[in-house]
Amino acid sequence: MGILGRAFADALGLLWNMDPALVETVILTLQVTLVALVIALAVGIPIGAAIGLTRHLPGRWLIVPLIYTGMGLPPVTVGLFAYLVLSNQGPLGSLGWLFTPAGMIVAQTIIAFPLVVGLTMAAVQGVDPNLPVQMLSLGATKRQVATVTLLEARVGVTAAVVAAYGAIISEVGAVMLVGGNIEGETRVLTTAIVLETRRGNFALAMALGIILLGLAFLTNFAFHRLQVHQGAR
Amino acid sequence: MTAAYELADVRHCYGDRCVVDIPVLEVRNGEILGLVGPSGAGKSTLLRLLDFLETPTQGRITYASTEIDGDASLANRRDVTTVFQRPMLLKRTVAANVRIGLKLRGLDTKDSSTERWLDRLGLTDLADAPARTLSAGEAQRVALARALVVEPSVLLLDEPTGNLDPYNVGLLEEIVRSENAERGTTIVVVTHDVFQARRLADRTGLMVSGRMVELTDTEAFFSAPQQPQTAAFVRGDLLI
Repeated sequence: MGILGRAFADALGLLWNMDPALVETVILTLQVTLVALVIALAVGIPIGAAIGLTRHLPGRWLIVPLIYTGMGLPPVTVGLFAYLVLSNQGPLGSLGWLFTPAGMIVAQTIIAFPLVVGLTMAAVQGVDPNLPVQMLSLGATKRQVATVTLLEARVGVTAAVVAAYGAIISEVGAVMLVGGNIEGETRVLTTAIVLETRRGNFALAMALGIILLGLAFLTNFAFHRLQVHQGAR
Repeated sequence: MTAAYELADVRHCYGDRCVVDIPVLEVRNGEILGLVGPSGAGKSTLLRLLDFLETPTQGRITYASTEIDGDASLANRRDVTTVFQRPMLLKRTVAANVRIGLKLRGLDTKDSSTERWLDRLGLTDLADAPARTLSAGEAQRVALARALVVEPSVLLLDEPTGNLDPYNVGLLEEIVRSENAERGTTIVVVTHDVFQARRLADRTGLMVSGRMVELTDTEAFFSAPQQPQTAAFVRGDLLI
């Protein structure tokens, strides 16, 4: 059995035993990812919908390329930025969020936000422009028009959620810089994989990798079921 | 009989091109008004003004004795609804599409009105079908049910049967006529089918280049038009 095979077998053993440190890392990963995702969605979806629905938006020529750039932000750059802002000398240093899960959530929210805004905007723009007119004619308020249009674009909006989730759960550079990979405090799956690989603990690193993939797959499977169900209507 | 709408010196322009230019127009309460004319005559824009989707560049629109100043109130907007040539259904079930107007108004969607309208338009068996699977005729029947379930005072129809087969045209016209007779709903129908105007309308108007060339009782409009353009249009000549 090669090194890969041995690592894989050990990984299954670790998973089977539900190692407490492993469980802690998984829980923190999910907490940080989901809180950052929820914040990015709560702020990003309304903004993306507003940009998508406002045909004559002043400054669109600048706003849209900025959002697209944001969708490809290098996470490590975001991490550096968040690190500087949250460090003692930084403008938000007094919060004491550096090397805490709160700081990691800040960094991941920044990474997820442009993805949510950009893909929501694109999804809403893909809805027939006559639909809002028809809804107004049926007596909708502007807010109701936005809600109906978002629901109509739900398959695309779900894609925004999936993309943002995938980007932040798999992200390592920003959480490493801002979180510091402190055991029991800020260690998440990705930073733990880096650490254990460097230590030569390939079995543990592989176990973490399998769990990370499993989490990503399960969540995306759920999102996909949702999308299929929505698409059927 | 009072007026549903009174228009005074209404002009609607995009830049220096005026697509609607109507010095005076009264839409009577409870009538079926037909509007015919060539494409680009401003008929659809006039309907958009009557549906308060746009505010005229100039002039005054009075609806139900209330002068509309700027944006119409939500109550006025909810009193009027349009069925467009393309039904624009939501990616939901047929029943959910029919209910949407009730939902937007925060009304009870569980009462029997949705079922009644589905039944009236022969859609009961399709109630749970996704709207995207419907034929053009079925989809337009859904659009009409969706518009009428909210019991509007005014129903605007913009080429409602443009793409439909005779069976669906007949069904839709029958519903429109009985809605007008039973509830006194005011109806304005834009059509390029002069025969449809003749079948449905109490009064018919010819619009050309944003202006109302002639507006009179449908019978007179077709049998004794006063304007040469009307006579030509009724004969089937091309108007430019």
